Amino acid sequence: MTTLAEDVGDLYQAVILDHGRKPRHAGRLASFDTSAKGDNPMCGDRVEVFVKYGADDTIGEAGFEARGCAISIASADLMAEVVVGRKITDTRAMFETFRQMARTGECPACDDAMDRLRPLAGVHDYPSRVKCATLPWHALLAALDGEGRTSSE
Amino acid sequence: MNDAFPAPGFDIARIRADFPILSQTVRGKPLVFLDSAASAQKPRVVIDAMVNCMETQYANVHRGLHWMSERTTDAYESTRDVVAALLNANDRTEIVFTRNSTEAINLVAHSYGRGIMKPGEVVLISEMEHHANIVPWQMLRDSHGIEMRVAAVTETGELDMEDVAAKLSDNKVGLVAITHMSNVFGTYVPVERLIRLAHEHGAKVLLDGSQAVVHRRVDVQALGCDFYVFTGHKLYGPTGIGVLWARHELLEAMPPFMGGGDMIDSVTFERSTWAHVPHKFEAGTPAIIEAIGLKAAIGYVQEIGYEALSAHEAALTDHALSQLATVEGLRVIGQAQDRGGVVSFTLKGAHAHDVATLLDRQGIAIRAGHHCAEPLMRRLGLDSTARASFGVYTSHEEIDALTTGLNRVREFFV
Repeated sequence: MTTLAEDVGDLYQAVILDHGRKPRHAGRLASFDTSAKGDNPMCGDRVEVFVKYGADDTIGEAGFEARGCAISIASADLMAEVVVGRKITDTRAMFETFRQMARTGECPACDDAMDRLRPLAGVHDYPSRVKCATLPWHALLAALDGEGRTSSE
Repeated sequence: MNDAFPAPGFDIARIRADFPILSQTVRGKPLVFLDSAASAQKPRVVIDAMVNCMETQYANVHRGLHWMSERTTDAYESTRDVVAALLNANDRTEIVFTRNSTEAINLVAHSYGRGIMKPGEVVLISEMEHHANIVPWQMLRDSHGIEMRVAAVTETGELDMEDVAAKLSDNKVGLVAITHMSNVFGTYVPVERLIRLAHEHGAKVLLDGSQAVVHRRVDVQALGCDFYVFTGHKLYGPTGIGVLWARHELLEAMPPFMGGGDMIDSVTFERSTWAHVPHKFEAGTPAIIEAIGLKAAIGYVQEIGYEALSAHEAALTDHALSQLATVEGLRVIGQAQDRGGVVSFTLKGAHAHDVATLLDRQGIAIRAGHHCAEPLMRRLGLDSTARASFGVYTSHEEIDALTTGLNRVREFFV
């Protein structure tokens, strides 16, 4: 008989549990240029993402406030980590790659930059949880687009 | 196994054998289905009744002049008699078929709300309503100048009767629309008292019986309510069939909800006249096969009997509350005195969605989220809860499996 940890190890990898429990980028930025809220109306997850732009069309700082499950918090935290210093156009492309990975578990387009996000590929096996992982990204894109609000529906 | 109060003749093994799905495995584990409050599983008799209808005597109802249609019409209409008997309605014509409870409430909001109620009148709901008993009244408020009031729920998850009385006191409330049993707390509302109080203030009462009718005998005449709604799929029947019961004189006075075939007496391009109650409210080809399935489901429940069913579920609930109390960090949300087999809880250090996923990996199906009661969650200061709910086929061993599963979840997260 397998242990629960073995059963769910594909989804709840150590890095996800760690960032879900102790997010490094949680909190509203002291000053920011844009922000957006994301809601998952089906389950009640909520996230707000804050962005301060850097030089040369990059993201200078990113932070978030979230109420949600371990997957959504970890995804928001890892996202905030990987987008800082990244060009906005690259960030948008990264979201597409991430979304494909979350849905399919496959990542042919994955490069080194995606390494930190790879542990989230396990959600593809849990269709009702994919949105937990993508919600922070939807909010980030809404912030970059100046939309202020988005939904994972 | 805790069988302090075994129901006479209640053979759980035999009952479980009536439900084909319960022998399934999920993720390689035996299915432990604790999500019946969302939708219940179906016994073989329901499945067979629907298949048999399609295989042997299916045609449209109320319009064919042939053997098949007459037989199908008889089978469909006999469900109305069975539902009337289930609720102890005064007359079979008081039973209107809808798609579900939601449609039944919308029917009342549209027809009674727009047709009979006057702008300025009040609809009184409670904080622990399902979205289905909130949104139709908001729509009525916004389109028709009806005021909506919300009665408070106490910290224990019970309807605050003092607040109800206060909100009725100016006699402006035309309709009280309240759940008979909370889908979040499992609380039974003291409906006899509520109805008496509402009537003293000139208000009609609609009860949302979606949860209650599954667990307790409902007698609309003894209760004295004015409208009662429930849905088939929570009562071991199929989806797509629900019921509105209303007192005959109310249905007579109410204008139709939807227009179309079956609900008319005659149609010309200048004007149409309506069919008699209840057909006035049943436009278009109804859910024929589903109605026949509902009849089988009600027959199944009645054969077991509400006394045995209530005793079984009361024993399960007691067992669940005592077992869950042993899980460290677990908090049961709602501590009503009078409650049934719906138990919401939170687990310290673990979000409800993670709890649900980790239980699912152990073959245990529960609900997690806001349970279509977002305002209540906000009132409780919660984003979501986990919820285990029980049915006629739930066993004490399944409660024990839940408890073991939750302890494993706790170890995993803490």
